[in-house]
Amino acid sequence: MIIDVHKLKELAISESGLIFDPTSGTIYTSNSVGLLILGALRDGKEDIEIRNLILNDYDVDELTAERDIYDFYNQLRGSGMVKDV
Amino acid sequence: MCNIGITGLNAGDSPAPGVAVARCLTEHPDWSGNISGMVYDALESGGLDRKLASSVYLLSYPKAGKDALLERISYIQKREALDVIIPNLDAELLNFISIREELADMGIRMFIPSDEQFKRRSKVNLSKLAAEIGINTPKTRLVTDRSHIDVRQDELPVMVKGLFYDARMAYTLEEVRHHVHKIASMWGYPVLIQQFIEGEEYNAAVVGDGKGNLLAVAGMKKLVFTDKGKGWACVSIINEDLNELAEQAVSALAWPGAMEVEAIKSKKDGKFYLIELNPRFPAWIYLAKAAGMNLPHLYLQLALGKEITEKMAYRSGVVFTNYTTNLITDLDRISTLFTNGEVDYYAKAV
Repeated sequence: MIIDVHKLKELAISESGLIFDPTSGTIYTSNSVGLLILGALRDGKEDIEIRNLILNDYDVDELTAERDIYDFYNQLRGSGMVKDV
Repeated sequence: MCNIGITGLNAGDSPAPGVAVARCLTEHPDWSGNISGMVYDALESGGLDRKLASSVYLLSYPKAGKDALLERISYIQKREALDVIIPNLDAELLNFISIREELADMGIRMFIPSDEQFKRRSKVNLSKLAAEIGINTPKTRLVTDRSHIDVRQDELPVMVKGLFYDARMAYTLEEVRHHVHKIASMWGYPVLIQQFIEGEEYNAAVVGDGKGNLLAVAGMKKLVFTDKGKGWACVSIINEDLNELAEQAVSALAWPGAMEVEAIKSKKDGKFYLIELNPRFPAWIYLAKAAGMNLPHLYLQLALGKEITEKMAYRSGVVFTNYTTNLITDLDRISTLFTNGEVDYYAKAV
């Protein structure tokens, strides 16, 4: 799966988990895992790299990490932050 | 040193822009001057703020016409030697446009549109303007008589709007008739019935140079709404599509001075639909100043015919919220404004 993350690079993200879209004025909040995924996507990392980052930082199994990543992708799609290409 | 007359000083739950405009002007580092408040009611709350205006004058309501306004300003001018007047209310603007030459002869400058420019962007003519310049806008029809409301069931919901103020959503034909009657009784006919576009509202404040150029644009999104749909808390945004829409409108109208662009980004097709072009600064203009664009100061320079040299950069993510506070004054002062029509040197009083 390839997704266009161009819009993610416009976001203002604070360490506290507040995410601000400067073009729409929409404000989101995220937990630390979401912030990790967002940061990795903005850095151009692949799904497997992102999964490994989660496994390094959190005590979860591979399946849970992958499920969380795809759940988060779906939330990003729903809010128009990313789109499939 | 500049003496500025400012209208629209009501600062209640649905505030007019005057107080925010005055704050933008007086907080600019280069500011030197006096503000004269020009109010239509002795209880306009901004007129009670001694720190805001050094004098306050009562004006006749716009319905009294241009001659009454000219006569009143002629009197004020002898007392205040105004350099510029910034009108901030839609309903008064046609009167100010009508007397602009007489005011110029008195030495009072304004940077406002012509009668033709004002009417081209009015709610009545917005669809025509939008079609001319290729901008999307909701379908709008005029109601000039309560017995001729031709909305169909399958067109609901619709927005019912007054020519200058008020906008109400109607979900049923009965609500359409009710809102038309209410709005007409308050603001008169025509009343507008506008297609409802589901989506998110975006706003921009702009200043045009009168030659078709957009000099500054400040975008805003509402975060917290009042029960009237006004923005109680807002955030500054930078949206290129919104800015382009504003630029198209300013360019097509060759708009001079201040304007607020209201648009909806449709949930259905993702496109911007122009809702209104208001011929003045918005009440939230202090946010633009806080985010790096002091549009009222820019307006003042243009009105004074000064060269624009200040570079402004707009920042997104700046939030403002209204909050209510209390102003204290003597009843004597309000009754003086009622009976004499003016209170001088407000700053020295109390």
